[in-house]
Amino acid sequence: MTALAKEAIQIEDLHKSFGTNEVLRGIDLAVRPHEVICLIGASGSGKSTLLRCVNLLEPIDSGRISLFGEDITGLRVDANLVRRQIGIVFQSFNLFPHMNVLRNVTLAPTKVLKTPSAQATDEARALLDRFGLLDKTDDYPDRLSGGQQQRVAIVRALAMRPQIMLLDEVTSALDPELVAEVLEVIAELASGGMTMLIATHEMGFARDTANRVCFLEEGKIIEDAPPAELFTNPRDDRTRRFLRRIVEAKRL
Amino acid sequence: MDANSSIPPGQPGQPGQPAGSFTATGRGPRLLSGGGTRATVVSTISTIVVLAILVLIFLLAPGARSVEHFFFNPTDMWKAFIGNPRQGYYSVGAAIWLNIRMFLVAEVLILLLALGLALIRQSTAPALFPIRLLTTGYVDFFRGVPLILVIFALGLGVPALGLPFVSSQPDAVYGVAALVLSYSAYVSEVYRAGLNSVHQSQVSAARSLGLSQGTALRYVVLPQAVRNIIPPLLNDFISLQKDTALVGTLGVIEANKAAGIFSETVFNFSSFTVAAILFLILTIPLARFTDRLIERDRRRRLALGGQ
Repeated sequence: MTALAKEAIQIEDLHKSFGTNEVLRGIDLAVRPHEVICLIGASGSGKSTLLRCVNLLEPIDSGRISLFGEDITGLRVDANLVRRQIGIVFQSFNLFPHMNVLRNVTLAPTKVLKTPSAQATDEARALLDRFGLLDKTDDYPDRLSGGQQQRVAIVRALAMRPQIMLLDEVTSALDPELVAEVLEVIAELASGGMTMLIATHEMGFARDTANRVCFLEEGKIIEDAPPAELFTNPRDDRTRRFLRRIVEAKRL
Repeated sequence: MDANSSIPPGQPGQPGQPAGSFTATGRGPRLLSGGGTRATVVSTISTIVVLAILVLIFLLAPGARSVEHFFFNPTDMWKAFIGNPRQGYYSVGAAIWLNIRMFLVAEVLILLLALGLALIRQSTAPALFPIRLLTTGYVDFFRGVPLILVIFALGLGVPALGLPFVSSQPDAVYGVAALVLSYSAYVSEVYRAGLNSVHQSQVSAARSLGLSQGTALRYVVLPQAVRNIIPPLLNDFISLQKDTALVGTLGVIEANKAAGIFSETVFNFSSFTVAAILFLILTIPLARFTDRLIERDRRRRLALGGQ
């Protein structure tokens, strides 16, 4: 167990089906603290489902997920406690449209961690400042650009001081010119030592930021290697085929 | 606002002239947008013409004089409004106050009961299955039975039971209870539509931040759901305001009952006109208020600059 305890996330033989459609067919993956792992693969390969399973937003069929050595997929696990340690950011931002930016960020700290309102506000403002959003504090999400909304969503997740961040194709819904500002934020988090599991279609970003890149196809991890290796010298045929298609689409 | 202004001046070939088929007549877009002086003038004139025709039809009808006397007689309207118990009729103006009180009490209770019903029907916990079944039956039953029958059943049946306290309430209480039972069935369906209108991803976002199901419901789902259902909710409450008149069938002296007593005593129906006007005075401001509420919320959320 001591060897396991070193892993921030340890996924063992994870299976997940929606009806008759088996989306995850035996995933094994270990994420060490401060490691950044990018999940790449075609749409429908199971990247998003994998992230949602880690955050317990989807119940799993079989297998096991541990967080710092503790099983979080058992029956007696308090999902709310687990989720406090894991921040997740979605493709579609999912900010709360009826609250301004500040309230979006302070809601969880005040209601879940019972942080006093004044302190939560100070912390939120500090985080918003760090990501260049301080002037947006009083705005409602509908008034922000996609890039700003996604940065707020990242700040909202960070406000819970998570030990791990899961990012689910966070730039896929953005206009091309807004992608960079979000990727910069993620790169900053990575350099700050945040443990991250990132599903992405941005191959250039994966190559520059990730410690390891995992290629998924049909619910399995086909190849798991450092980016320099995976992108320049992929071992598996399927990885090669996928990367060739990406290059042809001029996405790399 | 002005359709022509979107066309840059000095189009090639037609300097200073409106270009394109869209503005050829200079009418369609303006009327649709509802702006501009011309549109205002046209709409004012057409309103006056339509009203004038309606009044004319009324005045030219063979029985106009007698209808005017029996329904719109100012003297009788005033008498009905202030009432005169010594001559055997009550003030419609005072009786509407009972309608208002019944409405206010019923509304609060309906909002709470209907929310409870909606949440139970939306729940997925297997243990709640029998309660879900019961609430479904409740909603089916009270939406299917005419309100006036529920009022009779409670107003006549419950006192007959001879229970302590419960059977010795004023008739208005049974009336309000019937309104609450019937309307909460309707309003729970409105709530349910509202809860369903909040996208599941909002729940995911809230739960992923560690919020419990209850906290997510309280702070994320319900506020959005309620905003979405304000118009249909208000619709039901305008209906409720009017349906307080049905409680009069139990002998409670509310506005409609008071108007009825006046007409039976004085043999003039102008009292009903008074009651109708009083109900309008109650409902129309509520409708305008809600419009303002919706507009304010929309403007606060959408980009004020930007576009």
